[in-house]
Amino acid sequence: MNALRLYGRYVGASLRVQAQYPAATLLLTTGHLAATAIEILGVFALFHRFGQVKGWSFGEVALFYGLINITFSIADMLTRGFDVFGTDFVRTGAFDRVLLRPRSATLQLIGYDIRLSRVGRILQGLVVVVLATNLVPIHWNPAAVAIAVWAVAGGVALFAGILVLQATISFWTIESLEAVNVLTYGGVQAAQYPLNIYADWFRRVLTFGVPLACVAYYPVLAILKRPDPLGAPDWILPLTPLAGFAFLALSFLAWRAGMARYASTGS
Amino acid sequence: MKAVLRPYVAAFRARFLLLLQYRVAALAGFATQCWWGAIKIMVYAAFYETAAAAAPISLPNVVTYTWLGQAFLALLPWVADPEVAMLIRTGGVGYDRLRPLDTYSYWYARTLGWIIARALPRAILMLIAAGIVLPLVGLEAWAWRPPAGPEAAVLFVAAFALMIMLAVAVLMLANVVVAASLNERGVNAVLMPLVIVFSGSLVPLDFFPDTMRPFLHAQPLAGLVDIPFRIYFANLRGVAALEGLALQAGWTLVLIVLGRFAMTRMMRRLEMQGG
Repeated sequence: MNALRLYGRYVGASLRVQAQYPAATLLLTTGHLAATAIEILGVFALFHRFGQVKGWSFGEVALFYGLINITFSIADMLTRGFDVFGTDFVRTGAFDRVLLRPRSATLQLIGYDIRLSRVGRILQGLVVVVLATNLVPIHWNPAAVAIAVWAVAGGVALFAGILVLQATISFWTIESLEAVNVLTYGGVQAAQYPLNIYADWFRRVLTFGVPLACVAYYPVLAILKRPDPLGAPDWILPLTPLAGFAFLALSFLAWRAGMARYASTGS
Repeated sequence: MKAVLRPYVAAFRARFLLLLQYRVAALAGFATQCWWGAIKIMVYAAFYETAAAAAPISLPNVVTYTWLGQAFLALLPWVADPEVAMLIRTGGVGYDRLRPLDTYSYWYARTLGWIIARALPRAILMLIAAGIVLPLVGLEAWAWRPPAGPEAAVLFVAAFALMIMLAVAVLMLANVVVAASLNERGVNAVLMPLVIVFSGSLVPLDFFPDTMRPFLHAQPLAGLVDIPFRIYFANLRGVAALEGLALQAGWTLVLIVLGRFAMTRMMRRLEMQGG
């Protein structure tokens, strides 16, 4: 069985488990939708009060908000195995079993627990994107759609990279470090607004440290057909999501180094 | 009196001391909240730079509001006490019913110990970081400021105590629903968004459209964040501050009475789990 088919099996198994409890799954999905949708309420309240922020309208910010939420929820859905790696695999010793199987650990971890409830947040993001489309309005020609899909793909890679790093750290700490939430949930929080409203140091962190701006801010500028107020040349905007894939690649290098020094907790 | 209160104080202490052991969790929470606070403040600053005149509260006060909110985030009643759910599932609730104690007060004391212990280390760290370190490194504009004056400070102490009492009263209602439905997920899914929006934790309540103000200021959850914090920087002062305190106290009483009533009904129908 090749890797892709095996992954399909993993996904199928996960979904079947959740289909056994349709009411619970639906409740969790709705809850996740409600819990994440309140953020847009806060954004709305601020715009209602102030009108605009540094030249950005509510509709435009809604596009940033919608896309980064869709991006993160897809990543969150697919990378559960890495998220709970420290607590559920390293500490318990379950990772030994993963290593014994004649398949790559990465594949098994990606296939671990695909959570349908994250669809709630994807829906929420989509609704906000539709809202943004009507408010701005945005013309979704094939080029714009392509950039959006490409940006989301790069963003999923970036968030996956962050979670792989979190998992890598747990080779040393034996626990999943919640402090990484600063980059995942906090990253979503930061990328909901256009980069130029932030302080200088924070922009640099978001561009060169954890390249969230490259998967959210720059490609969205290209969709909105707005020149960068910070002066990045137009041609570079659609290329920036590449940074997400680069980040993921680097994360996997770190992951390999961690794997090489893995010692079972023996429990 | 002292003898009557002793078991409840013991329940509070036991829970409080146990939870203080989780230092790493407190540190992680603290780091997250610093970051969160910083982002929120930068966003506010950008909006204020665009149209400061439109704001109902001045920027330094919103900065203080944000740090207070981050420091006391763990005092917000957004998840039911996980131990209650466990007691119900394992049948441990049977022991609680056998104690010669008032079960509502007993759970109230334990939940109180739980939320204070969760909040205290983070609040102290946050006070040091945002209230002392930030001004020392020359970032006074972004710092957590002291209360507006002696009067505001005294009123805030009262408002802060009421805020915790109110939070636990809300949690007790949630605990009862958890006990009745045997599951905490549904309750938490509903409770969390409600609390974050209506307490003023998301944005100060006055930032919402003006037409909603009378409702937002009168509903019970305003006493969890909006009222005490506005008393802190004297946005509510004099009679308005006293009204705020009265609102907090009134809602706390109402919720405690409701919680007791719901708990009595729930206990009558409760079927013991486990074995």
